[in-house]
Amino acid sequence: MQMRSIEIIVGAFMLAGILSLAVLAIRVSGFSVGTETNTYTVYARFENIGGLVNRSKVSIGGVIVGRVAEISLEQETYTALVRMEIDSKINTISSDSTAAILTDGLLGGKFIGISLGAEDRYLTAGGEIHDTQSAIVLEELIGQFLLNKF
Amino acid sequence: MLSNLRKIGQFALVALGTLGRAGLIWFQAIWRRPRLANLPLVLRQIYQLGVLSVVITVMSGFSIGAVLALQGYNQLVKYGSESALGLGVALVLVMEIGPVVSALLFAGRAGSAMTAEIGLMKATEQLSSMEMIGVDPLQRIVAPRLWAGFISMPILALMFSVVGIWGASLVGVDWLGVYEGAFWAAMQDGVDFQSHVLKGIIKSIVFGLVVTWIAVYQGYDTIPTSEGIAAATTRTVVYSSVSVLVLDFFLTLVMYQF
Amino acid sequence: MSEAQIEIAKVVFRRGQRRIFDDISLSIPKGKIVAIMGPSGTGKTTLLRLIGGQLRPESGSVKVKGLEIPALSRAKLFEIRKSMGMLFQTGALFTEQSVFENVAFPLRIHTRLPEDMIRDLVLVKLQSVGLRGASQLFPAELSGGMARRVALARAIALDPEIIMYDEPFAGLDPIAMGVIVELIKTLNHVYGMTSIIVSHDIGETASIADLIYVIADGKVIGAGSPKELFEQDSPRIQQFIKGLPDGPVPFHYPAADYEEELMRDRNTRTWFPF
Repeated sequence: MQMRSIEIIVGAFMLAGILSLAVLAIRVSGFSVGTETNTYTVYARFENIGGLVNRSKVSIGGVIVGRVAEISLEQETYTALVRMEIDSKINTISSDSTAAILTDGLLGGKFIGISLGAEDRYLTAGGEIHDTQSAIVLEELIGQFLLNKF
Repeated sequence: MLSNLRKIGQFALVALGTLGRAGLIWFQAIWRRPRLANLPLVLRQIYQLGVLSVVITVMSGFSIGAVLALQGYNQLVKYGSESALGLGVALVLVMEIGPVVSALLFAGRAGSAMTAEIGLMKATEQLSSMEMIGVDPLQRIVAPRLWAGFISMPILALMFSVVGIWGASLVGVDWLGVYEGAFWAAMQDGVDFQSHVLKGIIKSIVFGLVVTWIAVYQGYDTIPTSEGIAAATTRTVVYSSVSVLVLDFFLTLVMYQF
Repeated sequence: MSEAQIEIAKVVFRRGQRRIFDDISLSIPKGKIVAIMGPSGTGKTTLLRLIGGQLRPESGSVKVKGLEIPALSRAKLFEIRKSMGMLFQTGALFTEQSVFENVAFPLRIHTRLPEDMIRDLVLVKLQSVGLRGASQLFPAELSGGMARRVALARAIALDPEIIMYDEPFAGLDPIAMGVIVELIKTLNHVYGMTSIIVSHDIGETASIADLIYVIADGKVIGAGSPKELFEQDSPRIQQFIKGLPDGPVPFHYPAADYEEELMRDRNTRTWFPF
């Protein structure tokens, strides 16, 4: 075969490899480029975060509006401090909104659901949601149920 | 008893000698500065080893992805968690099955051909005549193949994973009716580029090096007869398949440390 | 006798337990056709590989053009090989390249000549072996004799001073054999190449060689012009020249006692994993 056509075919092969990598990066692992600049930070404190992890969804009415960026333990109060990155376009979240840790289906991953409040002041960058609901821990629930029964 | 010990000793010496010769070939072929003039040879080998393996890789990837989706769905649907199907299939493909199965296919398709080709070159004195013309066959024959294997293998593994995930989405979403949004969203939530995709790529690079190394060595070290070449070709497939599977375990073990 | 171009002195070479050469010495004068003859398996091809530096002797010296081959560095060795051509028994053409590319290969590797000059040189070499018309064929399309002629064209592409022929007559029909004999003679006379022929075909070899060495059991057992050799009365040389099945070179490969071996227990197989 001619050297020239080998060069072209090998080029196409390499390109296919790069495209595959791009598909895996963007479509499969949701690796998004340059969107971090268009978010703002909001904090929330929880008694118990259950199985919440970094990169868990943050949603309003089931629509994803951001992600969990960092989870740390506050030493003084022993509560979990969750840092969230919220899409800057969603900039009218009232300051008395509620953040709850919910479960995606029976066995799905944990995510934060924000229910809007009534206040006409809005959360800004670095703001905090004070009204929070911890994750529902299945074992505790079952324990309570059993205690009430007997 | 004593004779058994002697046999074990003999076996160990032969194995060590083999490893030594193989290492020397690798060292001499790669560690001497690669020449730009040999680039066309590398391209030709990428064509031979990589491009010609695309069809078998893509077809296998598609079937495996489809089967994973079918099996996974039937298990997950019992717990109502079929939305996690995309995640499961993608993780398994990107981290394990993609690199491993494409390396096994590569060993069977390209490795065996490489061994037979080099073995035949040796049997027909082509390597000798090259040496007598004043060209080092390690640089002209072996080095381009090692480079080509190193480059082709990760590309093939990536293609395998992508086509596999596509096959899984066809079966899962279009046929079995998993909700499309959930399928992709769960996948994007759970699959991380650095801790999953990148580790898969590292694995496939290691596999590519090992398989081509074994294939080239077996060809170069073959007994130059038809039985010798047949045995060397078989050894290439057996040794490289076993090496890939054993290495996979250890690579996974090491990677979970990070 | 003119000056020696290749000087082999006291060479010992062993393959495994078997001594292929046991203190062998011979010299090859410049510009002559020298034949190295002997029964199969006496290491004639090994001798060529020692001269070409593909093998190293256990002890002794192999000198080509005054340079000690086993002591040369890899780079120097590849350098001196430019002045040696070798015709392999099988031809050893590169199967994935055309006849033209095969002959052009040494030129492309060792020279930086422009493409049209390489083309001219290749056609000249192919013309000299009578196969200019076959330049676009591939090795698989050639007959055995043609393949050997192409290999010869490739071996002389760089106009070497020394050319080595490994069994050039083996497996050829009489016409092809005649062609090769003529070519060896012409190359020697026209270009003055020192020619070394390794062969066991007495007739053809004797018809062109200036000097013949007969080797057996790792030693030179006879040397001289073909005429001198035919007149020698050493039984070993006579056996080889006349082709007698048994004689000083035994018909039987060395073996244990016949009767004893037949009676022996058969349960002694070795176990070898690779």
